[in-house]
Amino acid sequence: MRFLFLLCTLLIIQNAHAVKALSITKVAQGVYVHFGKHEMPNKINHGAIANIGFIIGGSCVAVIDTGGNPEQGFALKKAIVKITDKPVCYVINTHVHPDHIYGNIAFKSDKVKFIGHNKLARAMSTRGQYYIDKAADQLNIKLTEKNIIPPDIPVKKKLTIDLGGRKLTINAHPTAHTDNDITVFDRKTQTLWMSDLLFLEHLPVIDGSLLGWLTELNKLEKKTYKIVIPGHGPVVTDWPKSLKLEKKYLQILLTEIREMIKQGKFLEEAIKKVGYSERKKWKLFDQFHKKNVTAAFAELEWED
Amino acid sequence: MKKKFLKVGFITLIMLPLLAMAAKDETNWNNVLKSQYFSGIIIEESDNVIEIEAPYRAEDPALVPVKIRSKIKQTKDRYIKKLTVFVDKNPFPFVGEFEFTPETGRADLAMRVRVNSYSYIRAVAEMNDGKFYMTKKFVKASGGCSAPIGADLDTAMKRLGKMKFKMDKGIKEGEPALTQLLISHPNITGMQMDQVTRFIRKSHFVDKVKVTFDGKPVLTAKIDIAISADPNFRFYFVPNKKGELKAEFSDTSCESPTRRDMCTSGKSYSTSYIVNP
Repeated sequence: MRFLFLLCTLLIIQNAHAVKALSITKVAQGVYVHFGKHEMPNKINHGAIANIGFIIGGSCVAVIDTGGNPEQGFALKKAIVKITDKPVCYVINTHVHPDHIYGNIAFKSDKVKFIGHNKLARAMSTRGQYYIDKAADQLNIKLTEKNIIPPDIPVKKKLTIDLGGRKLTINAHPTAHTDNDITVFDRKTQTLWMSDLLFLEHLPVIDGSLLGWLTELNKLEKKTYKIVIPGHGPVVTDWPKSLKLEKKYLQILLTEIREMIKQGKFLEEAIKKVGYSERKKWKLFDQFHKKNVTAAFAELEWED
Repeated sequence: MKKKFLKVGFITLIMLPLLAMAAKDETNWNNVLKSQYFSGIIIEESDNVIEIEAPYRAEDPALVPVKIRSKIKQTKDRYIKKLTVFVDKNPFPFVGEFEFTPETGRADLAMRVRVNSYSYIRAVAEMNDGKFYMTKKFVKASGGCSAPIGADLDTAMKRLGKMKFKMDKGIKEGEPALTQLLISHPNITGMQMDQVTRFIRKSHFVDKVKVTFDGKPVLTAKIDIAISADPNFRFYFVPNKKGELKAEFSDTSCESPTRRDMCTSGKSYSTSYIVNP
């Protein structure tokens, strides 16, 4: 028994120190992504399920989302050091969801500025305690308030940062996937880091506004990008074709729920009937669809 | 073989506390709620007067659709006077009490509630003859009370106070008519806030709702933080002529999510709707 205890302790210590560098893929010159698996955040993956990564400029590096737990943040940091000797100067959090911000602590330093939506700090504050409790319960990771790091630079509309001969434009969006989404555009490679405004393979999750999300998608659809990086799913080079499935899913929710409300039908029925034609096209449909219908119904019943 | 048994035993040992946690536990009702709300009263557990419909596993713990279905007609001789609803394991288990009259026609009530952990939802019906009946339904959900405030807080705050009635088109004179009342209010539990950027933990919720038809009460409710954001109620009343259906609500703000001794009354709102059967 004592031996077992010792072994466990040793394993834990070893684990804490020997974080492996995160697997990353170069998707454009100086643009690196770690691709998350399409899984529910759980005690095995500890919430590390999202696409995260970084962009290297002439003088420094911008991290875009830090991962689903502190360890993933440290693993990402290690991956950066392996590829470049340039220091990290910015951490950009695309929105408040845990799978994108829990690695923040790995980058906390006087030399690093955190950037996020104007409403990110408030969202972190109102959700913080809930997220911390849930992390212990559902992800088996221990977090404190120190892990929830609000932005040093809030973005109200637009901000351009310079990584040294490489400019990134950060756009703050009105309520869509959440009420604090930002996207990052790299002029050099014409890459849009869209994060969770775009879901591919993994069912889109509504935590903001269905109408708002569709509005933002309609705007982005008209623009030209060489490469688009989603928050979940593979990198795509056929914009705006790659947007079709997500838009269709959201559009179906909108049309079918509006019709049910018009007919005087209730939420309980909508949950049972709306959107099932799309079921086979998505992973994690059964895990998120009913919640999406609930959120969309609660939003749309106030439309007129 | 022996090894295998040992393994099973070990797993069982680990699982025990987990099993206990997930068990359908009624201690809060038996030890606290019953004496707090129904001291000295005999309550018969029965599904013959009312029954609860709710999803066994809730998709969104902050918005769980719950329906209480009455199995008796509201008549002058025998009617449900009051329904009291609880979510046993919520930090503040009292969901609300809802008063009906014979004019209600049917004492059915649908609403959306927050469920904070695996828990029984229970409803107690108080009859006009002084009898009490209780029914319950177990629901698997967690985090409903501390779950983030409605995704778009700014929109919610701007819309606060707005109300809507929705009724079927074919309302018949003298027959119970299904009515939906939508109230726009973020119904902040006060548990959503935290200390990260020093936000104040204060609840802000709808505490009273009154629906009348031509001045006569249809539904009178005293409710609390377990009601979801944008409270939504479905109920019946009997329109016996053309008249005005009116809803009024007030809100309150309390210093703590779970105590009601330090509260400040908020504002009152009202709306009306002409019913023409």
